Amino acid sequence: MVGGGGSGGLLENANPLIYERSGERPVTPGEEDEQVPDSIDAREIFDLIRSINDPEHPLTLEELNVVEQVRVQVSDPESTVAVAFTPTIPHCSMATLIGLSIKVKLLRSLPQRFKMDVHITPGTHASEHAVNKQLADKERVAAALENTHLLEVVNQCLSARS
Amino acid sequence: VSDLLGLEVQTAVMWETLVMGAMEAYVKSGNYTVLKVVEALGSSLENPEPRTRARGIQLLSQVLLQCHSLLLEKEEKITHCQHFLPSQNSLCVALPPGLAVSVLKAIFQEVHVQSLLQVDRHTVFSIITNFMQSREEELKDLGADFTFGFIQVMDGEKDPRNLLVAFHIVHDLISRDYSLGPFVEELFEVTSCYFPIDFTPPPNDPYGIQRDDLILSLRAVLASTPRFAEFLLPLLIEKVDSEILSAKLDSLQTLNACCAVYGQKELKDFLPSLWASIRREVFQTASERVEAEGLAALHSLTACLSRSVLRADAEDLLNSFLSNILQDCRHHLCEPDMKLVWPSAKLLQTAAGASARACDHITSNVLPLLLEQFHKHSQSNQRRTILEMILGFLKLQQKWSYEDKDERPLSGFKDQLCSLVFMAITDPSTQLQLVGIRTLTVLGAQPDLLSSGDLELAIGHLYRLSFLEEDSQSCCREVCVANQLSSPYQQGFVGRAFTPLHRELDVTREHGPNKCSRHLLCLQALSAVSTHPSIVKETLPLLLQHLWQANKGNVVIGFNDIIAICQSLQQVAEKCHRDPDSCWYFHETALPCLFALAVQASMPEDSSVLRKVLLEDEVLAALASVISTATIHLSSELAAQSVTRIVPLFLDGNISFLPENSFPSRFQPFQDGCSRQRRLVVLLMAFVCSLPRNVEIPQLTQLMRELLELSCCPGCPFSSTAAAKCFAGLLNKHPAGQQLDEFLQLAVDTVEAGLGAGSSRSQAFTLLLWVTKALVLRYHPLSSCLTARLMGLLSDPELGPAAADGFSLLMSDCTDVLTRACHADVRIMFRQRFFTDNVPDLVQGFHAAPQDVKPNYLKGLSHVLNRLPKPVLLPELPTLLSLLLEALSCTDSVVQLSTLSCLQPLLLEAPQIMSLHIDTLVTKFLNLSSSPSMAVRIAALQCMNALTHLPTPVLLPYKPQVIRALAKPLDDKKRLVRKEAVSARGEWFLLGSPGS
Repeated sequence: MVGGGGSGGLLENANPLIYERSGERPVTPGEEDEQVPDSIDAREIFDLIRSINDPEHPLTLEELNVVEQVRVQVSDPESTVAVAFTPTIPHCSMATLIGLSIKVKLLRSLPQRFKMDVHITPGTHASEHAVNKQLADKERVAAALENTHLLEVVNQCLSARS
Repeated sequence: VSDLLGLEVQTAVMWETLVMGAMEAYVKSGNYTVLKVVEALGSSLENPEPRTRARGIQLLSQVLLQCHSLLLEKEEKITHCQHFLPSQNSLCVALPPGLAVSVLKAIFQEVHVQSLLQVDRHTVFSIITNFMQSREEELKDLGADFTFGFIQVMDGEKDPRNLLVAFHIVHDLISRDYSLGPFVEELFEVTSCYFPIDFTPPPNDPYGIQRDDLILSLRAVLASTPRFAEFLLPLLIEKVDSEILSAKLDSLQTLNACCAVYGQKELKDFLPSLWASIRREVFQTASERVEAEGLAALHSLTACLSRSVLRADAEDLLNSFLSNILQDCRHHLCEPDMKLVWPSAKLLQTAAGASARACDHITSNVLPLLLEQFHKHSQSNQRRTILEMILGFLKLQQKWSYEDKDERPLSGFKDQLCSLVFMAITDPSTQLQLVGIRTLTVLGAQPDLLSSGDLELAIGHLYRLSFLEEDSQSCCREVCVANQLSSPYQQGFVGRAFTPLHRELDVTREHGPNKCSRHLLCLQALSAVSTHPSIVKETLPLLLQHLWQANKGNVVIGFNDIIAICQSLQQVAEKCHRDPDSCWYFHETALPCLFALAVQASMPEDSSVLRKVLLEDEVLAALASVISTATIHLSSELAAQSVTRIVPLFLDGNISFLPENSFPSRFQPFQDGCSRQRRLVVLLMAFVCSLPRNVEIPQLTQLMRELLELSCCPGCPFSSTAAAKCFAGLLNKHPAGQQLDEFLQLAVDTVEAGLGAGSSRSQAFTLLLWVTKALVLRYHPLSSCLTARLMGLLSDPELGPAAADGFSLLMSDCTDVLTRACHADVRIMFRQRFFTDNVPDLVQGFHAAPQDVKPNYLKGLSHVLNRLPKPVLLPELPTLLSLLLEALSCTDSVVQLSTLSCLQPLLLEAPQIMSLHIDTLVTKFLNLSSSPSMAVRIAALQCMNALTHLPTPVLLPYKPQVIRALAKPLDDKKRLVRKEAVSARGEWFLLGSPGS
């Protein structure tokens, strides 16, 4: 389902802007209190996805500003998450792969009760509609993860950096 | 000849000469090989008697000396080497001069080291090492031949064990100044071919050589001499530019190490490439560690360039290097969309932090630019970013002191900076205000920078922010600024800031719920400004007067107010410690007043509500802490003066030094009767236990007896514990000798009597615990006895759980008594020692104990393990493994937590051993991940994560089960637990999956 792929060839966007990483979320007294429940909020979702590696740069999605905390909508009581991501350039062929990585990361990290929606920030990609449709299709996502090559790239994006 | 050889050992020197002559003839004629000589001498070479052995070796040496020119067979050489090694020590004594050189020559010429076994190669390296230690002069006479010979020996070595020795030899060659002759490049090649080290110790490696050992010893070689620079620097640049993370890190760290010995000459040709590589790593950082190492290398480079001495006609490379940096970074600081702004600022600040000259150069270039940018941008958040950068550069100024006022780079920007800061402070955005206040603090700390007019303005702003606005964040900041500002400007500051604070304190004293917090703020501000003796003389009476009036009943004052005043007093006391005069002033002014208040409150006739408040545990503890702080920094003479008043107050009720001392009854805290008075022993404890060790305490024997008696008094745990701690504190500092032994005997008798009696068992236990602690800290021989007694109590049905918790007290740092700060005798390694002395007994006790008290042993052990540094613990853990696995089933959460924290590093360090228990580990960890205790859940999930370091084939059968089970903690109510669950589950997903 991912078209093209820049592996081996020239990078599509060789010199991207780099944004500062936000630090670790400071731990509040409330979080240390056994009794107080902490709801799943936008920052928590953002922390899950901000350190995902970009498939072609040695940078994280946060550093490339592909994901931002303001583009994360979450409702813990209603068990819904919506993440919009912004490809670095409008013709980025990696858009689907990035979306897939975000989706897989959320699938592995959020409780099953959550319904998740990963889509491209409106107006930032040439084939926005097509990519969104693929990402929303459960069966296509499952089929993509059966593909060894794709799974390998996704796993690399999700591996922790030292 | 064999007969002669047999005789040789027993006979006299005369015979020896004879034998030798005969033997040499034989050997030279070829009838007798060296191997046979060695065999014949075998018994004497291995003889346990050193003299015999020495003679045997001498004989062999003589023979070798004569015959080394003969072609020896390789096999014989090895035999001879192997004989040499065990008797190395005697060899050093026995070898005649010149033999070391001939042995080495023989090795270099005759032995093809590369074709030997690892053990034999190791022997060769050891021989060289030993000769270098004992025969340095002789080897140096060989000149560069020795270096060349060694290069040939080392060439092609692959075994990490041998490499460690070889690297060490090269390092010694260079650092002890052996002649390298024309072989510098060869020596570099033969070592640098291992760079960067890529070595992973094999599983269950018995030699324990880690990757880092090799990296560090190779780095020591490469960075040991500037003579390698022309070869090394291109190599480092190539490796930084590679794609491999570990190579980048190692290269940057090595570069960092090189800068310690390099100068301008070595760096000159490589500066542009080095800068380009570092810049790229910071701008497009692939990992935070690489970024940090890149910055560290830049720092060392700049420092190195700043340090070098220049010839008169040479160009100053520092200037051109810094100009290069500025050129590449400054435009990023101005770009309106702020991209790369932080990496650029980091690079510039790192370079500026390396030396005063660099700082001057960069600041004078960057500040005007940033000031201009601040005014160009109008949005608060952009301004905040710019101001934060300015702040970073200003902070660097504090590292360097300038003698001459005109030289200070900031003087020229002062007015601009001030107006900018005031703009920031008056901005509606709190974030910008905060950065403004921080900047003001840094400016204030610069000596003589701000004028009195600036200061006036600043105080006006601070006052408005702290008292007229409701935002509490700024208020806290204000206190810190006041603190900073008041130190260089005490004179002006008192007058300006004190009046409003004083007025405010009076106003807010008249209670009302919303004034309460402002009242506290005033107190904090008062203590914050007390940084100078002259200010303390103003603020301390004010604070004390506040307490005193409360006592008189003039004002209503609550529990929290008293605690707040005590905290303020405490802060003032802490600030006094630098200056002996104000320290004594505080002690002499505050202590009589505090003691008088407490004694008054302890009178049986007194029944007011407030006075009850004064005797509450927390309030007394707060008072004690003030007294302790005010005593710790006293000089011995002044402390001795004070002790002659305070001890008689408690022992004899001598109240003459207290102000307003007309009390209705006598003060007799150690007499039976008034339990209120007994509580004040905690104040006595705070005082006597904080005295310097050489201060003599009057009536010590009587005091110790009274304390012992009180410590076993049932009914009031607060005062009996205070007495026990006081006794222990004095015991710890008392010099060894007869008197100490008497006190100890007395204590042991009291403990035993108390433990026997039914009514005061827990008091006696507390006493035992504190006395044990006092002795463990100073390595007193009796401590093992007392520890054993304590361990015995673990199986006591009544005191068992308390004894288990007691181990926590033994291993932890106290806050009030028995600390290094209050001059107690605390040995650094006491925890390690306690561990080695007692853990075997604890383990044995555990196995022998009946089932119902086993948890006590586990808990005691857990406390000991918890407090020990992990590196110390790690080698011991495998022997404790079976116990730890059993402890996972214990229901006590302290035990669970400590067990998990011990197992976690073990999973990382000893995966092979842990693999054997995989089934137990997975089951128990998963169980504990739903424990009611949050800390246990977190630790269990961290262990689940660490499990992924075990060999993948062991784990794969469990993967589906674990992934399913870990879905549950993803929905934990606590965020910190979810975080651990996410990373553990993520790692399990990657197991055996492509791309991981």
